[in-house]
Order: sequence, then structure tokens, then C-alpha cells
Amino acid sequence: MSIALERKIKLTMQQIRNFSIIAHIDHGKSTLADRLIQLAGLVTDRQFRDQILDNMDIERERGITIKSQTVLLPYTSRSGELFHLNLIDTPGHADFSYEVSRALASCEGVLLLVDASQGVQAQTIANLYAAMEHDLTIIPVINKIDLPSADIDRVKEQIEHDLGLESDHALLCSAKEGTGIEDVFEAIVNRIPAPSGNAEAPLAALIFDAHYDPFRGTVVSCRVFDGTLRPGDIIRLMFNGTTHKVEEVGVFRLNRESRAELSTGSVGYVIAGIKTVADIKIGDTITLDSNPVSSSLPGFKNIKPVVFSSLYPISSDDYPSLLDSLEKYKLNDAALVYQKDSSVALGQGFRCGFLGLLHLEIVQERLEREFDQSIIMTVPSVQYQFTLLDGTTLTVENPQYYPDPTVIKSSAEPFIRATIILPERYMGAVMKLCLERRGANPRITYPTPARVEITFDMPLAEVVFDFYDRLKTVTQGYGSFDYELIEYRESDLVKLDILVNAERVDALSLIVHRERAREWGVQVCDRLKEEIPRHNFKIAIQGAIGGKIISRSTISPFRKDVTAKCYGGDITRKRKLLEKQKKGKKRMKMVGSGMIPQSAFVSVLKARDE
Amino acid sequence: MNKEQHPGLYIHIPFCGSKCPYCDFYSVASRAEIPAWLQAVQREVLLYRERFHDFDSLYLGGGTPAFLAERELAELLECLHKHFTFCPQSEMTIEANPDGLSRDKLKAVAALGVNRISLGVQSLDDRDLKYLGRTHSSKQALKSLDMVRSCGFADVGADLMYGLETQSIQGWRKTLDQILEFGPEHISCYQLTFERGTPLWKMKAAGRVRSIGEKLESAFFIWTSRYLDKHGYQHYEISNFARSPQFMCRHNRKYWSHIPYLGLGPSAHSFHAGSRWWNVKSIREYCRLLAEGKAPLEASEVLSEEQLDLETLDLGLRTSAGIDLHALGGRLIMDEALAELQKSGLVKVTNGRIQPTRRGFLVADSLPLMLCS
Repeated sequence: MSIALERKIKLTMQQIRNFSIIAHIDHGKSTLADRLIQLAGLVTDRQFRDQILDNMDIERERGITIKSQTVLLPYTSRSGELFHLNLIDTPGHADFSYEVSRALASCEGVLLLVDASQGVQAQTIANLYAAMEHDLTIIPVINKIDLPSADIDRVKEQIEHDLGLESDHALLCSAKEGTGIEDVFEAIVNRIPAPSGNAEAPLAALIFDAHYDPFRGTVVSCRVFDGTLRPGDIIRLMFNGTTHKVEEVGVFRLNRESRAELSTGSVGYVIAGIKTVADIKIGDTITLDSNPVSSSLPGFKNIKPVVFSSLYPISSDDYPSLLDSLEKYKLNDAALVYQKDSSVALGQGFRCGFLGLLHLEIVQERLEREFDQSIIMTVPSVQYQFTLLDGTTLTVENPQYYPDPTVIKSSAEPFIRATIILPERYMGAVMKLCLERRGANPRITYPTPARVEITFDMPLAEVVFDFYDRLKTVTQGYGSFDYELIEYRESDLVKLDILVNAERVDALSLIVHRERAREWGVQVCDRLKEEIPRHNFKIAIQGAIGGKIISRSTISPFRKDVTAKCYGGDITRKRKLLEKQKKGKKRMKMVGSGMIPQSAFVSVLKARDE
Repeated sequence: MNKEQHPGLYIHIPFCGSKCPYCDFYSVASRAEIPAWLQAVQREVLLYRERFHDFDSLYLGGGTPAFLAERELAELLECLHKHFTFCPQSEMTIEANPDGLSRDKLKAVAALGVNRISLGVQSLDDRDLKYLGRTHSSKQALKSLDMVRSCGFADVGADLMYGLETQSIQGWRKTLDQILEFGPEHISCYQLTFERGTPLWKMKAAGRVRSIGEKLESAFFIWTSRYLDKHGYQHYEISNFARSPQFMCRHNRKYWSHIPYLGLGPSAHSFHAGSRWWNVKSIREYCRLLAEGKAPLEASEVLSEEQLDLETLDLGLRTSAGIDLHALGGRLIMDEALAELQKSGLVKVTNGRIQPTRRGFLVADSLPLMLCS
């Protein structure tokens, strides 16, 4: 059936399937999505490119999905019936677990993709649990069966043991080769239930994503649970009670296609003159102002950032342009929060909150790439809690606001539960890494022979910085990692200052566990020693807690740089050199009289060599 | 007008008996072009005789000015006296080398007003002289010093070089001791530098010679400064020492304090009223342009206020007099940096002037960079 004809037919709820694909990173999620899109005939082979749903350069390069994408796939089953399959592509990283949960709440089933050679990994399990929480139908799909290293029997065993799913029902496919794809379609139609809902009930639609269109404002992705959504409706957002007039509704088929309505059980978009994505909340419920539902759909959370860092323009002249870029960026990323911040060393900047370290990296990279900003970021921090002697509690995510230590009664930091799955042979190295990172309460299980699952309670602060890189290194890429925030726990926290010639460089201050302070201090001192050029005077770099110096390094001065002769002819040449150096100095940050190059601030963020 | 504001006159005489491997001043080792040059420089004098007058210093530099024959030197000096005016008691210097110097030549220039000799002794150790590619011996050098004195010159400067890999502190001290025994009014001590493009620089690049390294260079510099100070010589500029303030080279000080000067001859630089201009290097090109009645300029620049300030800072910090904190302070100097440099013992502030210390002299190239905002 041609797409043009198919578009005119109104389908019943029985002919709709809403599903998502969940997988560990690199298990082939985007490739499978590409294959489904191709087979549904949405693109010709000529229009096709890899990772078709990953629009952003950064998604394509890193092979990750950051924003949810939805695509409506028409499919005529072997029994000759036409279906509309809504594929909701979800981000694949723990930083975006809330978005993922809202996307999953909009589905009735998932394809759980497992790499035939790598088997079940940490995110496979985390994703499975998330899907189970929403009581979704789970279809295990073993992908990459074409690989020479594919071990289908072993993976089936893992599906059976690790995941507790019936491996007999697992589908086999190679998204890359295009084999087994039709079986996947049939399974979606036959095994995932049709949506249920009441078309006569008041409108209840779940917002699971939003993006910004410069011409239309916010384009809201939603799943209609009850009722129908039509242009002209006055909708109300349950979270804040604001009302908006619907300009357009429709579905995504790579591009937006407007429709007369979004009926019960369907997935699509709403454009309603909403200015920015920050005006809506993911997980909120859309209802009709004239006939509202009595209560919101379950699961709404106001998500808050967990990782914080300050952004400064490399040249202080660029502050207005950085502000402008952040404002524009924020239009499309409601999860980023920022406020003005200033540093003696780095000037005017912004304190930003992120969902996690990946989110932080994405923001940094997109600001640099899409907005052409040159920025310095400070060491990421988590949100600490301090209880003072007078009983007040303080939440601090910026080391600048670390309270006077003499009035602190107790301090606490956020903990996570980390799940790591790895081949048994790396267990020693991983245990060591986790213990170094103050991991506690380890639980070890052996779901299948030669594979270990370790869970640790760890401070979030220990993983926001380079933990994942270290894990990859010590397991030679075989370890997988996932985490969830659990609670705040009491912790001995101190503020570590870095002094350059006895002057505090505020941008390098850090709140850190007392036991970890020395190691960090030594590392920063060494890094700065490599990066700060020799001056004509000695430069002492020190790490200090309060008045106590815990680490130091010294940059010895150069003794001589003088030009022996300077007469008539040399003056112009010498001045020109000085003018050039003076210009270069503007790009350095002055701390007291010392010049610290930008690279020094960046180097502090580099992974530790352990 | 302040006496210090009288302009200085420089004549570049780009001829040498032989080229020294370390030197990057423009000169040729041949007499062939002397007549043409002499004619051209006299043409150049005419271009400026209206704009410059009342010089109080003359400096015949090079090259080797004393390489010219008596008759050529006389022609030049007569021309200068004819078209320019000089103040009474002007300082008039000629650079000379120990070889090729004669009583007759010295008397001839003295008769035409030259009252100061800067003698290129370089070292009194023959190994050093050989290393430096000099054509005279230490014996010749000592003899020439005596000759200059006996010809009645009361202001004699000895130019020395140190920091050579052939040289030990003891050897250097021996040279200095002999010089001190002679007792010149002025001593220039130039630390050897490997100037880009010179034969010595190429030898260093090829690994055939090497520098003595930052540590020894510093030690030599500090030691020299202390030693000469102990013997009554004032270290008034990075490389220059004077037996008393009156013997500080008046002409060279103009370069360091933005006092106008006119430079004639190939590659010579001039400064006047906030602008600087300089001549083409090639003798042939220099002569051709003047023959066509044109100024032999290569380029010129008008200095902005900011550039003048930067130069004042840069040049002033090379002299013991230093810079006037109030003249520049507000606009250019960072207080924190000044405090740090004081703390580090690189500069001191005396009577409202920032003055480099001995160790400050050693890092004088980076002092202005550190201080300026």
C-alpha cells in the first residue's frame, strides 16, 4: 500500500503499537531503528544514511542518542492487516534515565536488544528493570548474529539466567545485514498489546519529550492515554496550570506531518505556542482546559541537576556572547540550569547544573561546536549538604559557598548504587578501583559462569569524575556500568584550595572527602606545574585545607632572558616582540602577578594517571 | 631646552677588515664601496641639515669606523661640521679595533673633535680572541689602549665579551684585572649571544659550539657586576659600566630615554618627535636612492602613546636609573606584579622610581611583560 493512501485511512486503537528499543550502548539500537525505518518504506535507499534518528552531529559521532525521537512506521502484517507502529527512540545513558522512564511509560512494549557476542551488560539490566517497572511486554532480540564471535547459546543462557526471560522467545537478527527484521515486525504486532484507553474520557496525554523549533516554538512529544487532541483545543498543563491553544497536532515520520487529531492510544506531537522547552515539564500531563482530568498521569518528577560546574569564557570579552549562547541552548534543553557566577581568576561566568557527567560533556561540546564558544569548565561538583551547629542546613554545590568549618556540625554527600558487570578475570582490578573510590558494601553475584555482577554503594562525587574511563581501562573495555542515586550519607567533607604564590585560585577550589584531599591536591599541583610557564620569579603551587598545606610543587624561575645589546636598530624589533607577548598575556589568566594559561585549568580536568 | 634633549648623531660605517662570526650588525669586509658610500652619506647629511641642529653627541659606529683611511674620516667629519651644529663639549665617539689603529689616525680624528674612543678589545686571552674570530692579539689590544691614552684621549671605553665556552671565571677575571689596571672611563661587557643568521649561530645549530648555559651565564653576569662595582664602576645599563656618571655614554643613553637621534648610513635608525625611521641595509641600494635624490628609507613608524609607554618601560628597566613610577604607573603598571617582583628581589622602588636589581637586569626582557597590564 502506498504511503499516500495509507495516510488517509483512520486506524483503530487495535492497529496501533507503541514500542521502544532498549539496549546497552553499542548493542545496535540505532542500526535496528534504521532497518525498521527502511523496511517500513519511510526512506528510499538513496535517502538513507546511518543512525537516521540521531540528528545531532554529536549523537552520530559518539554513537549515542541524547534526545528522544519518535517515528511512525506503517506496517502491513503477514496476515494483511495495516498497523501503525510508533517507535520511541530513547536516550541510552543513566544521565537521562528520567526521560527514558517517561518514554517507556508511553509504550506498551519494548525490544530488548542484546549483542550476540557481548551478551547481557549493565545497561541491559538497568533498562530491563525500567521496562518491567512499567509492566511492558519485553521481546528479547539477539542482534549481531552475523559476527564471527557471536555466541547465541551463551547469550540465550544469559537472557534466561540474568534477565529471567524466556529465551525461546528471543528473536535472532542482524540489523547490519538486515536479516530477521521482518520477524521483529511480526513480533511487535503479535506480542506487544494494542494500547488501551477511553476515547470518551477527559484528555490525558503524557509529555515524554520536547524540542525547540525556531519558527514554531516548542514541539511537544506526547502519548495520548485518554481522549483526543485536536487543533483549536485549549489545553492545560497540569504542572503549572497554564493554558495554550493548540495550533497543530501530528506525527513524526522523519519530518513532522500534521494530522487532524491525535486519537486515544496514539503518539505524536503538539504545537501550541509554547515559547521554550523550559515552559513545559517532561512527565507532565496535558489535558483540556474545558474538561480536565481529575489527576495527573503517574510518575511525574521535577528533575533536578546532580552535577555542577562553572563555565567561563576564555576571553572575558566573550561573556555576553556566552550568555546569548546559553540562552539559545537552553531553549532546547530544559534540563540545563545556570546562573551567574564569578571568579577572581576567571572573571564572569555561569554556574551550571547538569543531569550527569555525560550531559555536562554534551553541553560543553555543543556550546563549542554549535555556538562557537571557547570555554573553561571548572571541576564538576555534586550537591553537598551541611548541617550547622545552630541547626540550619545548607545545600552547597559551589565550593565558593563552603561554610565556615568551625560551625559545621555534620556534612553529607549523595551516594549511588553502582552496578558493574564484567568478566571474572577483571574482578580484582575493579574491586580495587571501587574501593579507591570509596565504594562500600559490595555485593557480588555470578549470574552465569565467568561473569560477575558487582554492586557497590559509592559517593556520586567519585564517579562524576573519570570513573567510567577508568573502568573501561581496567577492564579493557569489557566492564559495563550503571548507577542510580540512593541517598545522602554523612561524610567528612573539606574544602581544598589551590594557592598559586599564596593566592587562592578560586576556580580550582573543590569540596572533597578528607581522605581524598591529599591525592587530589598532589595531582592538581603536578598538573599546574606542567602547564604554568616559568616566570622570572619562583612560583609556589600549594594545595591547602583551611590554613594547612597538604601538597606543593614549585616552578623554578628562569635566571636570565636579557638581550645583551639594545641600540637604535633593536628598539622597534624588541617592542614588537613585547607587544606580541603582551597580547598573548591577555589570553592568560592573571593570578596575583603570575600568568596561568587556559590550558592549566583544562589540564586539571584531565583523567588521572593512576 | 634641557641639555639632555639635544639630539644625537649616529653615522653607520658598514666596513670592516674582516667579519666577526658573532656580529649581526650590517657591514661588508671590503673597501670597494667606501668612496660611493662616503659620497652618499654626505648627500644624506644635506637631507637633514634643516631639521636637526645642536647635536651634543656624535657616534661613529659600524662596522669598524677606524677602518676608513684618515683622509676618508676627515672628509666625513668635515662634512658633518660644515652642515650640522654641535654644542660645546659634545661627546664624540669613534669605535675602533686594536688592529689597524695608528697614532696618525687617532690624532687626525682628535683634531676634528672626536674625544671618545670605544675600543673593541673583546678579551685579553688569545684563546677567546681566536674563538671570537678576532684578528688582533691580546698584546695588540693592550698596546692600542696605551696608544689611545698617549694620544690624549681622556674618555676611553673598552668593549669586552664574556660568557664564552673557552672562558673560565678565572680567565675572565684576568682580562678584567688587566683592563682595570689600565683604568678606562667606560667598560662595556657583552655577554655572547648567538644572533640568528650569524656564522656563530650556524655553528651552534650544527653542534660545533655551544652556549655555556643559563646557570653559568647568570653567574658570570652577577659576578661581573659585583666585581666592577667593587672597583668603582657603576653598572648603569645591562652591558655598560662607567667610572663616574659623567662617563656614561651620553649618546647611547639617548636610545634608552626617547631623546631624538639622527642615524645616517645604511641600516641606521632615527627617532624624532615620536616617530622612528630607518634606512635600507644594502650599501648599493642606499647609494642608489641618494643618487636619485631620495631619502634611503626602508620604513618608518609613528609611535602611539601606548607604544611609547611600552618602550619607556622596556628601555627604562634596562638601566639602573629605572623608570618613573608616576609617569607610567597609573596607565601601565600592575601593582600586584610590582609587589611580586619586589618580593622576588628583581626590582626595588627608590624615590618613586622602579629600578632593576642585578638579578632584575638578568631577566630584564620579561620585566616589562610582567609589569604591564
